[in-house]
Amino acid sequence: MSALKSIAAAASLFGQTPGDPEPAAHVEAGTGPSRRSVLVGGGSLVVGFSLFGNQALAQEGGQNGGGEGTGAAAHPEEKAPALPGSLKTNPQLDSWIRIDADGAITVFTGKAELGQGIKTALSQLAAEELGVEFKAIRLVTASTGVTPNEGYTAGSHSMQDSGTAIMNAAAQVREILIGMAGTKLNLPAEQLKAENAAIVAPDGRKLGYGEIVAGQRFNTQAQPTSKLRDPLNFTIIGQEIPRVDIPGKVTGGVAYVQDLRLPGMVHARVVRPPSYGAQLTAIDTSAVEKLPGVLKIVRDGSFLAVVTAKEFQAVTAMRALQVAAEWQERPSLPNQSTYYKTFRSLPSDYRLILDSHAPTAPAAKTVSATFHRPHQSHGSIGPSCAVAHFTGGKMTVWTHTQGVYPLRKALTELLALPDEQVQCIHTEGSGCYGHNGADDVAADAALIARAFPDKPVRVQWMREDEHGWEPYGSAMITELSGSLDAGGKIVDFQFEVWSNTHNGRPGPAGNLLAAQYLEKPFTPAPPTPIPQPEGGGDRNSIPLYHIPNAKVVEHFVKTMPLRVSAMRGLGAYMNIFSIESFMDEMAVAAGADPVEFRLRHMEDARARDVISKAAEEFGWSSWKASAPGRGRGFAFARYKNLGAYCAIAAEVEVERETGAVRPVRFVAATDSGQVVNPNGIRNQVEGAIVQSSSWTLFEQVTYDNTRISSRTWSTYPILRFPALPDTVEVHIIDRPGLPFLGTGECGQGPTSAALANAVANAVGVRVRDLPLTPNRVKTAIGV
Amino acid sequence: MITLNVNGRDHQVDSDPTTPLLYVLRDELQMNAAKFGCGLGQCGSCTVMVDGQAIFSCVTPITALQGRKIKTVEGLGTIDRPGPMQRAFMEEQAAQCGYCIPGMMMRAQALLETNHNPSEADIRDHMRTNLCRCGTQMRILAAVRRAAGYMREAKGTGQEQGTKS
Repeated sequence: MSALKSIAAAASLFGQTPGDPEPAAHVEAGTGPSRRSVLVGGGSLVVGFSLFGNQALAQEGGQNGGGEGTGAAAHPEEKAPALPGSLKTNPQLDSWIRIDADGAITVFTGKAELGQGIKTALSQLAAEELGVEFKAIRLVTASTGVTPNEGYTAGSHSMQDSGTAIMNAAAQVREILIGMAGTKLNLPAEQLKAENAAIVAPDGRKLGYGEIVAGQRFNTQAQPTSKLRDPLNFTIIGQEIPRVDIPGKVTGGVAYVQDLRLPGMVHARVVRPPSYGAQLTAIDTSAVEKLPGVLKIVRDGSFLAVVTAKEFQAVTAMRALQVAAEWQERPSLPNQSTYYKTFRSLPSDYRLILDSHAPTAPAAKTVSATFHRPHQSHGSIGPSCAVAHFTGGKMTVWTHTQGVYPLRKALTELLALPDEQVQCIHTEGSGCYGHNGADDVAADAALIARAFPDKPVRVQWMREDEHGWEPYGSAMITELSGSLDAGGKIVDFQFEVWSNTHNGRPGPAGNLLAAQYLEKPFTPAPPTPIPQPEGGGDRNSIPLYHIPNAKVVEHFVKTMPLRVSAMRGLGAYMNIFSIESFMDEMAVAAGADPVEFRLRHMEDARARDVISKAAEEFGWSSWKASAPGRGRGFAFARYKNLGAYCAIAAEVEVERETGAVRPVRFVAATDSGQVVNPNGIRNQVEGAIVQSSSWTLFEQVTYDNTRISSRTWSTYPILRFPALPDTVEVHIIDRPGLPFLGTGECGQGPTSAALANAVANAVGVRVRDLPLTPNRVKTAIGV
Repeated sequence: MITLNVNGRDHQVDSDPTTPLLYVLRDELQMNAAKFGCGLGQCGSCTVMVDGQAIFSCVTPITALQGRKIKTVEGLGTIDRPGPMQRAFMEEQAAQCGYCIPGMMMRAQALLETNHNPSEADIRDHMRTNLCRCGTQMRILAAVRRAAGYMREAKGTGQEQGTKS
C-alpha cells in the first residue's frame, strides 16, 4: 500500500455511518467507479421513463446554496434547468447513485454534514425512493472529484437542492431497475414492484438490484419528472430515524477533522498578527528552532507558522514565536462607541429592493423606529481545523469547509496548481453556523504542507484565532416607518437597511485570510451583494405581510472595517428582528393584539397556519402574566420568503432592578414542506431558538481602534445553562408531497423579535439595539 | 516518565510534565472524545473526570495527575455497549455538531456519580461551565435527566452501570 493509499484508508473512516468497516468511496480522488461505463439496456430505459408520469417534486426559487459564494465553483452551470433540485447542475444519475454488483448502494451528495443531520435525512430520501432499508444506503458527502458540485452548503438549501435531487434520482433509478428487471423477466414494468432492494414479480420471482445492474453505470441523464412514491405510503420519509453520526460522537469515535490521525502526521500552528493588516517586521527564530519537536518554521511575508512533531509542542513554539515576533500595527478600526454613525457615513451602493404602490385609505398614524445590530461572532466551540498533505505535486486537504469545490478553486489560485492536483475532502468539524475559519485554516494547512511536503500537516486554530479572525456577521442598521389607516391597517411601509456584505467566501484566493499576508499578497475580492430573491443584507427585508405601499432599500456599504461574511441567516436575523419588532410597535399604535394584527395583514395560508398554531400552543389568547416582570412576545417570518415558515411565541422574565432578561419558554410552529425527519427539524429549530437567544441577549464583538478585544469566551460571553428557558416546544406542520423548505436558519430571526417583543410587553419599554443587555434594558426602564 | 491511569489502565507517558492532559489523551493515547475548545478552561469541551471530579483537561498539566484516576467518555462504554450516559444522549438525540457533547457527558457524569437524584436547578447549575454553540442544551438537559433515571434504575436493581473503569 502506498503512503497515500494508507492515508486514504485511514481517512476513509469519514463519510460513513459509524461502525461501517468499508472504506469510503470518496477517498481515492478522481478514480471514482472504475467500471466500464455502458449504457444499461436501451429498451428497458424507454419502458422506465414512460412511467415517469408524476410531477417531480418541484424546487422553489432561489440560487443554489442561498446565492453564497462567487464564480462557477460556487454556482455551477445549470446544464439542465428543467430538472429538479441539483439535478439541474448535475443531471447524470450516476453522479448521485451507484449500485455495485454485490448490491451495495452508494449515494453521493455535494452538501456537507455540519451537524444539521443531513446525512440522515438525505439517506432517508434515497432509501424511501429506492425501496431499500435505511441502513442499506451508504452516503458519501462533499468531496471534489467524487461527489457532485453543489456549491456551498448554505442558505438552508441542502434539502431543497440535494434532497430534491437525490429523491428524484432515486425514484428514477428505481424505475430504471424495474424496466431492466422487466426485460430480464420478460414482464411488463407495470407488473413489477420494488421491494427491499429487489424487483419482485407477481409470481414471486425476484431480482436483487446488484444482479440487475451487475455493477454497470446507468450512464443516463435524469428526466424532468419522476414517479415519486405517494407520501401516504412513505415508510422512511417522515420517520424519526436516529442520526447516523451520533453513536460515534458520544462514544469517542473518530468523528471530526480534529480527530484525524494520518500516518506520519505532524502538527502546526499559525502565529497570527495581533491585529488586522499588521506586518511582520522582524523575528529571530533561532531560539524557537531549538525547542523540542520543532521541525520547521514557515515564513512567507507576514504569514508565520511552526511545524512540530506533537501538538502541544506546536502550541508552545507558537507562543514563543508570538513573543519573538515584531509587528507593525496600524489603527484601522473605527471608534466602537460611535460605530453606527461612522458606518452610516461610509460609501455605499443604493439598492432599491422593492417599490410597490396601490391605492389605500388615508394614513391616520405614522410610526418610525431605528434598530442596531453589532458585529457578532459564529463562535464555533471547536476552533477551525484542517489537515493538508502535499506530495507528488498533489495537495489533499481534509476540511470542514461548507464548499469543497469553491475552496478548491481558491486553493488552486493560492497555490498555482491545476484543479486536478488539489482535492478537498469534507470532514466534519465543530458546528460553523456560516463562514467561520474553516476555509482559512484549510489555506493555512495547504501553505504549510507545501512548505513541509510529504507529511500530512494538521493545523488547528487557537481560541483567540477563531474569535479574533473569523469573518463576523456584519453590523447593521435599519430604519423603518409605517402608516396605519383609521381602521388599523398598514397603508405604507418604508424600510432601509445599512449593511456590509454577507458573502465574503472564497472563490477568490484573496478571500482566504493567509493569502492576504503573504510576501506576494492576494487581494480580497470586492464585495458583491447577493441578489434577491435570496438576498444578503437585504434578506427578509421585504415583509411577507400584505402592505399596499412598500419601499425597501439596502445601502450596501462597501468599506468593511471588520472582516465580515456569512453568518447563519445573513441579513435575515436583523431584518426580521427589526420588522417583527416594528409590527408590534404598529400593533400597539393600532390598539391591536400582536397576533391578530399579524393575521390581519397576512394572506399566505401557510403563514397564517404557523402563526395560529404557535399562538394556540402557547395559549396566547388566555395568557396572563403569572408574576411581575413577565411578558410575552410573538414573531413570524418565512425565511428568505422562500424557505420554512416559522412563528415563535416567547415568554420572558425581566428583573427590573438589573435589567436582566431570562427567557421562560418558547413555543414555535414551523412548516418546512414535506417533513423528512421530524426530530431533525425540531433539533434545528430548538437550536436556532437557543442560539438566537444568545445572540439577542448577550453577544457583540468588541474592539479598540487597532485590535479585536473579544477574543475569548470571557470577553465574548454567550448563553450558559442557567440562562436557558424552562421549555422550548417546536410544533411541525407537515405538508406531505410539497417541496422541502430549508429549515436550518428559519428560527434565528423570529426568536430575536419574539424576545424583544416580550421584553417590551413585560416592562413597557422597547429596546431596539442588539444585544438586549441588562444595561440597555435597565436604561430603557429608567431604573 | 509519568504514569497516567485512564479508564482503569495505566499508561507510561514521556511528555513534558507541563503538557496539559488533553494533548496527552489525544496525541499520545489516541483518544478522541475530549476536545480542544478554548485552552482556557472557559468552554468545557475538554472536560474529563479525575478522581470523580469534572476537570478541564486543557489546563491541567499531567504532572498533577500521577496516581489519580482519570475517566473519559471512552470509559463510559462503547458504541456496541454504551453506558447509561451515552445511551441517554443517543436516545434524546442530544447533539447537533456534537463537538461539545463528550465534555457535557463527563461533566454530567461527575454530578450523577455523587448526586443520584439532582433537581433541574442542580443540573443547570452544575453544567454552567460547559458551552454548546448549536443550542442543543435543552436536549442535553433531557439526556442528563434520562441518564440519572438509568443510573437510579441500575442501582435499584443492582445492575452494573455500563462499562466501569
